[in-house]
Amino acid sequence: MNLGQAKTFDEFMEGIWRQNPVFVMALGMCPTLAVTVSAINALSMGVATTFVLICSCLLVSLLRRVIPKEVRIATYIVIIATFVTVTDYAIQAISLTLYDALGAFIQLIVVNCVILGRAEAHASKVSPLTAVINAAGMGAGFTIGLLALGTVREIFGNGTLFGISLFGANFQPWVIMVLPPGGFFVLGGWLLLFAWWAKRRDKAALPADKAAEGHQHA
Amino acid sequence: MSARIELRTAPHVKGRRTVEKIMQQVVFSLLPICLFFIYQYGISAAALIIVVTASCLATERLFVRQGGQAGDVSDWSATITGILLALSLPPGFPLWMGAVAGIVAIAIGKSLFGGIGRNVFNPALVGRAFVQAAFPTAIASYTPSFLPGRFSEFIPSSLALPFMQPASTEAWVKAMPIDALTSATPLAKWKFDGIVAGADELLTSLAGHMAVGPSPLLILICGAYLASRRYLDWRIPVSILGAAGITALALYGFDPVRYPNPFFMLLSGGLVLGAVYMATDMATSPVTPKGMWVYGALIGVLTVVIRYYSGLPEGVMYAILIANAASPLIEKITQPTPFGRGRGGRVRRATYPLHPSYISREEDGASAPKKLFKPKVKS
Repeated sequence: MNLGQAKTFDEFMEGIWRQNPVFVMALGMCPTLAVTVSAINALSMGVATTFVLICSCLLVSLLRRVIPKEVRIATYIVIIATFVTVTDYAIQAISLTLYDALGAFIQLIVVNCVILGRAEAHASKVSPLTAVINAAGMGAGFTIGLLALGTVREIFGNGTLFGISLFGANFQPWVIMVLPPGGFFVLGGWLLLFAWWAKRRDKAALPADKAAEGHQHA
Repeated sequence: MSARIELRTAPHVKGRRTVEKIMQQVVFSLLPICLFFIYQYGISAAALIIVVTASCLATERLFVRQGGQAGDVSDWSATITGILLALSLPPGFPLWMGAVAGIVAIAIGKSLFGGIGRNVFNPALVGRAFVQAAFPTAIASYTPSFLPGRFSEFIPSSLALPFMQPASTEAWVKAMPIDALTSATPLAKWKFDGIVAGADELLTSLAGHMAVGPSPLLILICGAYLASRRYLDWRIPVSILGAAGITALALYGFDPVRYPNPFFMLLSGGLVLGAVYMATDMATSPVTPKGMWVYGALIGVLTVVIRYYSGLPEGVMYAILIANAASPLIEKITQPTPFGRGRGGRVRRATYPLHPSYISREEDGASAPKKLFKPKVKS
């Protein structure tokens, strides 16, 4: 049982850390760069994508023995599109301002490669429970990624965080941060940070491994 | 007994000229321009130059230490970047924004590509392009030169707190005890009001209270010194100014009412500074003589086109950045022919990897050409 729990946890953490869709796999860059001008947009986009991801991975996993191999991609798209339509209408009903802010990118979740990738590479091969846990982890990782970008861009580009002013009325906004180049700069900065961290971790892990090998030989 | 023969390719004779020395000479030649800039705008300009250069040097130090890149602050290249960046900004530019520009210039413009000599774009212009996009209002607000009291008080916008909006300089300029002051640059005045400034006023920057940078005449003199000592190639500034002049002249001849005279085009804005100091950056300009002409002509024409046909009054920065991006390509298509290879009017080219036909063959999957170029030695 303990082992099972640990495995479940690993499955969940996979998407948040080791295979983070934004920072490690660099998937789904279109919404990542386009809608992260503010933290609230980034968060809602992340939540919407997570919802679609979990639901479609569950359905794909349930139907994995039924779907013919030849038409699987088309089938996944239909499944994903169903949930995207649900999300689309739900957001429209909840907040029209948010719907306007996100624009076409809600509909474009259909072609988000994170979702299709998960359905194809993972959900179609494992049991529904594993698929859902993994999808939840991936969705959380994607949301964290978008939020990381959205937070930085909103703070620099507007001086606010979730609409709350941080620096007072006299703040000088960095116009470039809410423009597309700012998205690339911030994403590049985060990727740099992750790469630097991974390099440091590998360096730290290397001598320990060598030491362990040495012991085995001895 | 056998003597050891060392086989190696050219160069066999090394000059005494090192990167540090060249860069140092460029910095020295920039000093009169800096002094003139300070004479025009007082302590705000001095503070701007110091802050921008210091932020460039600090960023360079950090990246050289952290990333193990070649070069160091002692090679003067970051100093040049800082000074040029400061000279291209308005004198009353908030100091904290200047520091941001310096950091971006070195971090994104230089270190990201691998440090000194590996940058694709001129670092100073990368920094300026960033702040132009980030703070469009601050970079467009110039103040007139030669204001009274410029050596005792700062331009109010200079001393804005970090991340805070700079104070408006308009009221401050209006309170000055001088008539007919304007904070618009000659280019902006032409673009938005249709007023063309005189060429003689622009050449020295000494007349009246114009919102201009250092005098083009001074920059040309300093550039001529560098060119005479061959620290920069004269072809690039000559072709930039020539191409810009010819383009402007052609348009002026076409419609003198709509287009200003070519002298105004040449002497206003940052064209001379860009042509002499920014476009000639060794790492980002072509090395082949023919390529330099093409590169310069591209910058000259683009500058005039951007000034005339875009919403921006100034186009030198973008023109140079675009030409920087094109410079490897220009280098490839302007490879020189080796001496003695012309035969019957037909030019035979050496086949070495930079030659375009070789590259296309290589991309097709074929191996190196069978018939290699070998110089025939007559005995």
